[in-house]
Amino acid sequence: MSDQTILAAEQISHLYPDGIHALDNVTLRLACESFVCLVGPSGCGKSTLLRILAGLLPPGAGHVLLDEQPITQPQRRIGIVFQKANLLPWRTVYGNLSLPLELAGMPVAERDERTLAMLNLINLEEFADTYPASLSGGMAQRIAIGRALIHDPQVLLLDEPFGALDALTREQMSEELLRIWARHRKTVLMVTHSIPEAVLLADRVLVMSPRPGRIVADVEIPLSRPRSLDLLHRPDFVALTERLRHSIRTAH
Amino acid sequence: MNSRVQTVDEGRPDHQTVPASSLPSTLLVAQSRPRTRWNLLLAPTVGIILLLIWEGVAQSGWYASFIVPSPVRVANRWWALAADGSLLRHTAVTLREVLTGMMVGVLAAFWLGYAIAKSRTAAYALTPYLVALQAVPIVAIAPLLIIWFGAGIASKVIICALIVFFPMLVNTVIGIRGIPPELRDLMRSLEANPFQTFWHLELPAAMPVVIGGLKVSATLSVIGAVVGEFVSASAGLGYLVNFGRGTYDTPLVIAAVFTLTALAMTLYGLAAWLEHILLDWHKAIQN
Ligand SMILES: Nc1ncnc2c1ncn2[C@@H]1O[C@H](COP(=O)(O)OP(=O)(O)OP(=O)(O)O)[C@@H](O)[C@H]1O
Ligand SMILES: [Mg+2]
Repeated sequence: MSDQTILAAEQISHLYPDGIHALDNVTLRLACESFVCLVGPSGCGKSTLLRILAGLLPPGAGHVLLDEQPITQPQRRIGIVFQKANLLPWRTVYGNLSLPLELAGMPVAERDERTLAMLNLINLEEFADTYPASLSGGMAQRIAIGRALIHDPQVLLLDEPFGALDALTREQMSEELLRIWARHRKTVLMVTHSIPEAVLLADRVLVMSPRPGRIVADVEIPLSRPRSLDLLHRPDFVALTERLRHSIRTAH
Repeated sequence: MNSRVQTVDEGRPDHQTVPASSLPSTLLVAQSRPRTRWNLLLAPTVGIILLLIWEGVAQSGWYASFIVPSPVRVANRWWALAADGSLLRHTAVTLREVLTGMMVGVLAAFWLGYAIAKSRTAAYALTPYLVALQAVPIVAIAPLLIIWFGAGIASKVIICALIVFFPMLVNTVIGIRGIPPELRDLMRSLEANPFQTFWHLELPAAMPVVIGGLKVSATLSVIGAVVGEFVSASAGLGYLVNFGRGTYDTPLVIAAVFTLTALAMTLYGLAAWLEHILLDWHKAIQN
């Protein structure tokens, strides 16, 4: 892992028009190819921060730098996965996965090749022609992640991608995400409400305060990779979750 | 793709925005139990009973035969019209008015609806006038339109276009406004240009309501053509009705009315078929 920063937020504050102070002076740097998790109480501004980082929402103050260039609008180089899978219901699984490539004007042959490879990576080959309405939540989220990865963005922003899933599916999905991430080494910033999930996945966990959101703790997760669900019962893992839980509780 | 085959699908009532004059054929039938062969025989049986009653009334001698002609006489009149080619000619005239009017009205309504859905300025500037336009009784301004645009096809096309315009407009606005903002965010994050956003997001997302509007428009447009032909025309099924009325040729009136009904139902069926083939994905959601 290099220490070079790829995406940075500099002193971001945001006030919504109705007077809600969502973010207060947030500064963060994402090192190239690192996996960072963001945790914090509900309503503290995590989604707002992600939308600002993705260029979807202009911040009230501060700026976002991608490769040291300020960004003012959404970039293909930043992929985003929302809390809802957000699949287009009129496109099949295959069509949803290939959408970013189509929009980028990629030739059909190359598009097919990449889409098939992605279907294979997320283990959904047999569902290529299925419409989203008949998929389970976990399958839909896997496609959303595949779609965000398929055009090979440098940064992946994930907003509670497993929030709507049951605990069991959620664990499987985290492991799957680890596997995918091992293959497509990207810089990832993922919002989550689950402390074990954050510890399992991340190199670093950022903790936000209640609204207005600030970053109040930055916890290193020094567990070696590759990691798997077996970690969950190891004493050093449990100790790390306890430490994180403590810093969230004392975060104000 | 979807194994549960539904009958020609109406959409759920809460999804259709202007169901007032659509044909709620399947809405009226609870869909929970499959149709058996006996159930399929019920409607034709009712039809035959109605025909028999009609025949009975015609033969009873209570009414003069030019007031209530028997079904047989109507059928003969219809055959005569069909045989000398005039039925086809008049149907073709009406069909052309209906289809051209629909095309003009639907396209105009779609683009205007799109503009209103996307731009607050357009919405504020135009809405009062569009509502006022909807409030104008078409029958009342039809003579005016004939004076302005002549007794030929142009005036009928305009009447048909006006009559389908409003439901189509409302449906388009609802369809475009109803697109979830997260899907717009998705398109933005993929750097889609405005045309791509229209083609890959807005058009398909609005398609169910737009086709719903198309189904409503199909029947409305036939009404528009008849209204125009009543006021002034030299051909068309509405003209036939009017002509038959003037000459006390009631079999002709009834034969023309039946043809008009069949025309409207066919157009509606076409729109429903379009829905069936274009909106496979949508049926999956509704199930
Ligand atoms: N579009 C908006 N307009 C006005 N206020 C908003 C808007 N979006 C979010 N907010 C407010 O800003 C605050 C932060 O919202 P945000 O969605 O960023 O929180 P969050 O940390 O993602 O919460 P959660 O964990 O529940 O998803 C909330 O109080 C919310 O009500
Ligand atoms: Mg959120």
